Amino acid sequence: MSRTLTYWQAIAEGTVQAMEADPSILVAGQNVDDHKGSYGTTRPAFERFGARRVVDTPNSENAVAGICIGAADQGLRPLVVHTRADFMFLAMDAMINLASKWRYMYGDKGGVPVVMRGVVGRGWGQGATHSQSLHATFGHFPGLYVAAPASPADAKGLLAAALQADTPVVLMENRSLYPIEGEVPEELTPVPFGVGRLARHGTDVTVVAASLMVHEAERAADLLARQGVSVEVVDVRSIRPLDEDLICESVARTGRVVVADTSWARYGFSAEVAAVIAERIPGELRAPVRRITPPDCPAPVSWPLEEAFHPSAAKIAEACLDLVGSDGITVPVLTGVDAGFSGPY
Amino acid sequence: MPIPNTTEDPVAHPAALLREMVRIRCVEEELADFYRDEQEMRTPVHFSVGQEAAAVGVCAALRENDLVYTGHRSHAAYLAKGGDLTGMVAELYGKETGCSNGRGGSVHLTDRSVGFAGSAAILGEMISVATGAAWALAQQGSSQVVVTFFGDGASEEGVFHESLNFAAVHRVPVIYVCENNAYSISSPLSARQPANSPGTGITERARAYGITAERLDGNDVALVHEATRRATAHCRAGLGPYVLELDTYRWREHVGPGFDTGIDRPEPEVEQWLERCPVRRGTAALQASAPDAQEPTAQEPTAEELVARWDAEFRDEARRAVAAAKAAPYPTADRLTDGAYGRPAVAN
Repeated sequence: MSRTLTYWQAIAEGTVQAMEADPSILVAGQNVDDHKGSYGTTRPAFERFGARRVVDTPNSENAVAGICIGAADQGLRPLVVHTRADFMFLAMDAMINLASKWRYMYGDKGGVPVVMRGVVGRGWGQGATHSQSLHATFGHFPGLYVAAPASPADAKGLLAAALQADTPVVLMENRSLYPIEGEVPEELTPVPFGVGRLARHGTDVTVVAASLMVHEAERAADLLARQGVSVEVVDVRSIRPLDEDLICESVARTGRVVVADTSWARYGFSAEVAAVIAERIPGELRAPVRRITPPDCPAPVSWPLEEAFHPSAAKIAEACLDLVGSDGITVPVLTGVDAGFSGPY
Repeated sequence: MPIPNTTEDPVAHPAALLREMVRIRCVEEELADFYRDEQEMRTPVHFSVGQEAAAVGVCAALRENDLVYTGHRSHAAYLAKGGDLTGMVAELYGKETGCSNGRGGSVHLTDRSVGFAGSAAILGEMISVATGAAWALAQQGSSQVVVTFFGDGASEEGVFHESLNFAAVHRVPVIYVCENNAYSISSPLSARQPANSPGTGITERARAYGITAERLDGNDVALVHEATRRATAHCRAGLGPYVLELDTYRWREHVGPGFDTGIDRPEPEVEQWLERCPVRRGTAALQASAPDAQEPTAQEPTAEELVARWDAEFRDEARRAVAAAKAAPYPTADRLTDGAYGRPAVAN
């Protein structure tokens, strides 16, 4: 059975169901218990389980990450929530130097299954330090699973998988996805890490994306379908492990690929996908790989600069048209997925 | 001279404390020689020679299921908690039989069977992990306490302050043991902390969080032991965290087997601390505590004779552990990536 929920409702429901099923799970983060409850995602868990299992923490990202690793080492399953993903830089020592390496460097005797959620901002002038998506940053290090779900069902399913995993997990959630609706199973059904999905079938060009960019790619595909160009959209769902087979099978069919990402091109997710294709199926490409990413500068605040900064459906569509050589078609102006949002964020 | 054990927490006889200090001293001195002469232990080592009273005094006051997490200078705490010597030495040699199967080295030791949860190299991070472990155990109704060892240098990390703050708020049963050996690699405390101003020391900063804290002579094993017994009683009574700042001194270089620290340490300072050798003081204390201290008889060995006997015994034990480590197999390259991820293994 499934019914329609928003992305944030799916996370909230998954959290409550996982905590009901496993009494060792606790939620930790700044203001997870307040009236907003991490954009609604932790509030139902607080109402159901109270302050003992939904813990409002001090503003100490570094220690809280380490504390949750210690708690995981002694039998609990902490779910750490950062409503601004940029603050996860302060937790990186614990996540990278300890959590990701724990099992390996102590001789494979057990791990520390801590789960960390980070909410990525976009628009409304959030600017340089509230708009960064760290999926590729965390995805660089062996020993962590990293996922960036695009749909409400996957937001719930990957959270469920994370809270059952034997490996530490980082989940990146784009804030712009929170109001998006979709079919969500009522049960707590884990979505496996490392298995992507075809969000849309097409024949002319593949767009590989994660998180918010999956929706922008689908909007681009809608537009181009009306122009006679068939776009396939691969939603990788998890960044590490990465479903290389799904990517390569699609690109081998279409011969053209655009990689769209909310984070920068250099050493990023788009670079990794391009490398996988170059290593595994170089002969299948009929045109060079294209990347649609933010330009090489921090995120600005001023509205017109912001519009120019963020990768969009229109930019993806233009890249697809360029690859298929459809010179005569022009892309109309498209509003962003998050159009209509009003502050304060 | 038995001391009645009136609680579940262990009370160590002065002879037992001294014997354990001698064991750690002998093991580390032997390892340092092999390390220097053979160049076969390919892992950065941080010896605790001269600082044995801290690990021994603290760990002798813990129950076996109490947990210890440490920073990089961890051999002494590992051994004092009861960690397997052959596993530790094999780890230093990078062997499959090592306590971390040769994947961790000197700064990532573990022996879960005796409550030595782990050591880690990045300064201060285990302070937070120990805090979280104690927090989790308390939530699960356990009476276990958790101890973390770190140095004066780690007290400068933000995570030290963040962890103490959290532990104070949540009354976490964790004992923070700061081995203040006055130097961070080559940097003296005075260059790093305003320790000479009233109210600014490590202990006083802990007290500012409302945490019970004691500063004491960290080279007096009996004092350390007694203070730890106060700390464990405090934690088990649900009164929250406890800080012990133990003044001590590093005899050798920061990392490696050498005596040349490369630091221009004042000669009187060095001599004064060598005089305060914890083993020597433990020997004198044991001799003084004997009922016939004034006139040792032929039947009863003196404390010095005991130490000499133990010295031979433990150096032999260390050499046997080295021989076993050398004879043990290396991990094979076909298992290089094993253990990076949990089960079920996910190919990537």
